[in-house]
Amino acid sequence: MTGAILTALMSHWFRRPFQMATLILGLALATALWSGVQAINAEARKSYGEAADALTGGGLSDLVDPSGPIPHETFIRLRRAGWLVSPVIDGWIAADRGRVRLLGVDPFTAPRNTAIGADRFEGETDIGTALIVNPATARRLTGADRPLVVDSAVAPGLALADLTVAREILGDTGYSRLILLPDQPLVRPPLNEIAPELAIEAPETAGDLARLTDSFHLNLTAFGLLSFAVGLFIVNGAVGLAFEQRRPVFRTLRALGVTSRRLVVILMLELLAFAAVAGALGIVLGYLIASALLPDVAATLRGLYGATVEGALTLSPAWWLSGLAIAAAGTGLAALGGLVQVARMPPLAPARPRAWAMVSRGTMRWQLGLACAFALTALMALGIGGGLTGGFILLGSLLMAAALALPAALSGLLHLVSRFGQGPIADWFWADTRQQLPGLSLALMALLLALAANIGVGTMVASFRDTFTGWLDQRLVSDLYVTTEDEAESSLLQGFLASRSDAVLPIWHTEGEVRGAPAEIYGVADHPVYAENWPLLAGTPDVWARIATGEGALVNEQLARRENLGPGDRLDMPGGWQAEVLGVYSDYGNPLGQVVVPLEVLVARYPNADRDDFGILAADPEGLRTALIEEFGLPESRITLQTALKAVSLQVFERTFAVTGALNILTLSVAGLAILTSLLTLSAMRLPQLAPVWALGVTRRQLARIELIRALVLAALTFLLALPVGLGLAWVLLAVINVEAFGWRLPMSIFPRDWAWLGFASLTAAGLAGLWPARQLANRPPAELVRVFSHER
Amino acid sequence: MLLCVETLEKHFPGTAAPVLDGVSMSLEAGEVVALTGESGSGKSTLLHIVAGLEPADGGSVRIEGAELAGMDDAGRARLRRTSIGIVFQQFNLIPSLTVAQNLAFQARLAERTEGLDLPRLAAALGLTDHLAKYPEELSGGQQQRVAIGRAIAPRPRLLMADEPTGNLDESTGKAVFDLLLGQARETGAGLLIVTHSERLAAAADRRLHLSRGKIAT
Amino acid sequence: MSARFIALLLLLVLQAADLSAQGFAGLGQTTDGHALPDPATRFEYPADHGAHPDFRIEWWYVTANLTDADGRDYGIQWTLFRSALAPGGAPEDQAWMAHAAVSAPDGHRAAERFARGGSGQAGVTASPFEAFIDEWQMAGPSLTDIRVTAQGTDFQYDLALAAGGPFIAQGQNGFSVKSEAGQASHYYSQPFYSVTGTLTFPTGTVEVTGRAWLDREWSSQPLTEDQTGWDWVSLHFEDGDKLMGYRMRNEDGSAYTVGTWIGADGTATPLEPGDLVMTAAGISNVAGRTVPTAWDIALPARQLSIKARAIYPDSWMNLSVSYWEGPVRVTGSHSGTGYLEMSGY
Repeated sequence: MTGAILTALMSHWFRRPFQMATLILGLALATALWSGVQAINAEARKSYGEAADALTGGGLSDLVDPSGPIPHETFIRLRRAGWLVSPVIDGWIAADRGRVRLLGVDPFTAPRNTAIGADRFEGETDIGTALIVNPATARRLTGADRPLVVDSAVAPGLALADLTVAREILGDTGYSRLILLPDQPLVRPPLNEIAPELAIEAPETAGDLARLTDSFHLNLTAFGLLSFAVGLFIVNGAVGLAFEQRRPVFRTLRALGVTSRRLVVILMLELLAFAAVAGALGIVLGYLIASALLPDVAATLRGLYGATVEGALTLSPAWWLSGLAIAAAGTGLAALGGLVQVARMPPLAPARPRAWAMVSRGTMRWQLGLACAFALTALMALGIGGGLTGGFILLGSLLMAAALALPAALSGLLHLVSRFGQGPIADWFWADTRQQLPGLSLALMALLLALAANIGVGTMVASFRDTFTGWLDQRLVSDLYVTTEDEAESSLLQGFLASRSDAVLPIWHTEGEVRGAPAEIYGVADHPVYAENWPLLAGTPDVWARIATGEGALVNEQLARRENLGPGDRLDMPGGWQAEVLGVYSDYGNPLGQVVVPLEVLVARYPNADRDDFGILAADPEGLRTALIEEFGLPESRITLQTALKAVSLQVFERTFAVTGALNILTLSVAGLAILTSLLTLSAMRLPQLAPVWALGVTRRQLARIELIRALVLAALTFLLALPVGLGLAWVLLAVINVEAFGWRLPMSIFPRDWAWLGFASLTAAGLAGLWPARQLANRPPAELVRVFSHER
Repeated sequence: MLLCVETLEKHFPGTAAPVLDGVSMSLEAGEVVALTGESGSGKSTLLHIVAGLEPADGGSVRIEGAELAGMDDAGRARLRRTSIGIVFQQFNLIPSLTVAQNLAFQARLAERTEGLDLPRLAAALGLTDHLAKYPEELSGGQQQRVAIGRAIAPRPRLLMADEPTGNLDESTGKAVFDLLLGQARETGAGLLIVTHSERLAAAADRRLHLSRGKIAT
Repeated sequence: MSARFIALLLLLVLQAADLSAQGFAGLGQTTDGHALPDPATRFEYPADHGAHPDFRIEWWYVTANLTDADGRDYGIQWTLFRSALAPGGAPEDQAWMAHAAVSAPDGHRAAERFARGGSGQAGVTASPFEAFIDEWQMAGPSLTDIRVTAQGTDFQYDLALAAGGPFIAQGQNGFSVKSEAGQASHYYSQPFYSVTGTLTFPTGTVEVTGRAWLDREWSSQPLTEDQTGWDWVSLHFEDGDKLMGYRMRNEDGSAYTVGTWIGADGTATPLEPGDLVMTAAGISNVAGRTVPTAWDIALPARQLSIKARAIYPDSWMNLSVSYWEGPVRVTGSHSGTGYLEMSGY
């Protein structure tokens, strides 16, 4: 029996292959975008994990005692039971300009091939008693009574030492934690039999990079979700149409004694089959999308965060399964309304297609109410704030509110516009367009979201590019950048350059703790080029004059925002002195706080500062570069031309947003497809509404033209409404998300030319989508229209 | 002669026998003609062809002397707008427009709104209280009354109705029919009405019976 | 077992030296205040089973040839190395390293451990005997009756060893000379162990029996500057006789070859340099290296002419200090089984 019913139901699809293709295409696209983005995210996260493993002992779990340090005896008990653990002593030691983290490790048991493994302790005879530090940290520890071994691979602000050294410095109080080695032997008793007081703590080290890149992945995920939602509109359209067209079949089946429950179950089976086919197709497409985009994503992550991501995809079974699951869930969601209707349908319901898309005005009110709720949520998120999550809640609520308010807003707009129309056709056009809104609203919401995302992300990227290039132009004031080997070479270089260049600007710096966090301290020379070229976000009126007289300091935006600093505030500097904040400057791409002081102050306060970097102003940078290499003998690798630096920076930038652009186009295409399927669905249902108009003396061509104009008008109005939403989105991205994620706020620039292009694109998409049903209508045989009024011949 | 139909022929693809097989008939201004016949006898098809909704395969249809076959799609549409009022069994109304808008719709299409007294028309149709409503809010009888009102509002010379009471119960149907008849007589239009009902047919000036594509006399 | 100087490599691993750059020649160092081997020293058991921290390096080294019920061959190794990072014998100046391995038909498995002296993570006591690092153990009432356990990520073994003969002093009363220049060590063996126990793999457990050989050796300056590595064998013949032999390779291609003939009754006869002839007879490529895993061995004075062939040529110890170590089968004038160790390849 089920087979017979299934045959009856499925025959519909084989007679309408286009409809079946639409359904499968929509579902496959939705699944593809979703699973493609997931694949990219998973691959990137996996790479972070691997990077962290390779960089530190990290990526490894720890054993910790929540109540305090772990005694040596516990460590021995674990080892003798076969638990491969390695002790760590964590502490701080005083250093010039703050303190340095001291990590005491046991090279005997530490995991091999890591930053704290035995290999780090090779080479120097006194390494067993020394502190291993990087050059910058070494300069801060010159007063220490211990030998220092300099190793540039050690992280900044960290001193690595043997356990015994750490114990001598910090006292013998036990171990802070035990690293759990990744490879454990075959036979081990459970932990609670040996040391029940200890707990396993998941690795934390991978988290730093993950946090940094979180917003990027959230962006991608948001895009994936958006695309999936847009794809579901297509599925909803196709499924809705199929249900509508099969109402007579349903009625007949019910009349023949099929229970509504069985009918629903069989329809669900049918949908599941579609979900499986489309899901599989979508996963393959998703794989292709991910493969195509991954190199760009990898480049982005490398450029922005220095995170290394493999350029090749390796996918887990979980990913494949989740793709199928999301396809099935999406189908279910899209078909829910139809299934509920079938379940509730009385056996002798009218067989004629009821225009069910013509939902009541009540729905619109209900949507408007929900939109208000989302708008309130957005306002609250904005008011309360609360980090990146708050930012994304704001973003999500804003988009949802906009989408839900769209039908009501469009209806209002149409009402307004309809006053300008005169004549019966115009009246009918506006009235009918308004009445069609509910049926088209899902597709139009999809279009709105796609357009808003396009405008928002586009504005953000363009604003960022604008600011970034301007900032590069201004910040890279020197024509040539040079790094010297040591101070002797520095003085030689200055002598060499004295006659050959316009100016040599030392870019000397050191590191230290400012307000409890690591920061960079730079010294700048008193040279008019800075005042001329360096734009400040905020500053006292005479800022450059006062800097020249050595009175104060500039801080970067990140530090200013974090510590709520502004011109006039006093800032405690490492080394026990105070500087007055004279100005705030933007410093894109830098995770650290930065303070700029006059060069003389830097040299006087921090005699150990790095004095290796110089900027050079020269009329002929290329020629000077050649002279430096050939006459002065400076290695090529230590000279950078400003133009090259700029080019590289911009290249990194462009690749960063290549992914965003690709996803933008994909989302817009999906939205276009959603409009097409919705219009096709409606065009089949709308015959009873069009036939009377035709019978009253309006030709089919006229009607078709009107239908096409309707699609264009709706798209145009949606585009108009998408503009403020997109700009709001851009504002949230620039002024909220960026501040939370990176610590800098970008000025928003507006690019009406991009909008014009987008408006043209959306009208074209809507026009193309409207053309097909319009052509169908124009060529529809009159007999079909007549048949609306009577089935008799 | 308001309407003159001569040797009209119509075939539907896939059926052997013609639907209309040399039908000839005529209608004078002010005359009421009922067209009866079995299901499938071609009544509606004849009406559709006369209204220019479907093309004929042969023969001629002249309305006020103008030959339908000589008109293009736009010409036929103009004819429907200006000279013909038509009422169907169902789906007569435009769901997105109010009753008032529906009533005035064809008159505005035909640009014959001068002299149109909507309140009077509504009162005559018993729709005064429903002018602001949408079609979906009306009963079947009320909807057909709106359809009739819309059809007569531009004062067409030729009124046609295809089973206008087919979806209504008997007493409602009778009332609607009486209204149609009354309005036709009042405006002096010729009325061609397709009906199953012997009782309604009996009220016409003349009856034509269509059987197997031919007029039985 | 005078050729085993791996323990000194512990110093290299933990303190300095790029192994590949310096090669095994890095072992040739002066004693720097550590005790020197003395020909007049006589062993005292069980005291000498314990550690000798005045010397720079020392090891407890067990190898065993085992078979399961189906006659399949296995080999196991258990080694604890002690290395003094500074002279004086203080516990905290000792570094410990251990290697364990199983050679089996489906592949060679090896694991290593390191421990800081004085931490309680590793150590040796003479009586009752116990040598341990982490959960790896060689322990029993005495060294003639011990249980040996060790494990890695993919293997575990638990073996009971019982000696059916005396400890054998190698060289001249335990003073074992390593080169013509006179470098030497203290060296004794226990070649008479019979073994029962189990080998456990992720796929299951195997019951095994067989024979084992223990080497004890300590020294402070084992290699000359120009020695590059060694080839060492310990062989059990079917008639109960045993042979230990090694070949110290020099940079110029020459070698210093000596050994000990051990009768089934426990009498030991040291072999003079040149008595024993060891000739490489075939090579294997393992872990990217070329290693001679087939040897022809002759001892004309005893009418011995045998072929010793690696049972599992892939027995490379791919650890921080890497070398080849695995079971061999002996055919020819005498037949039996044994162990082969080769370093410096």
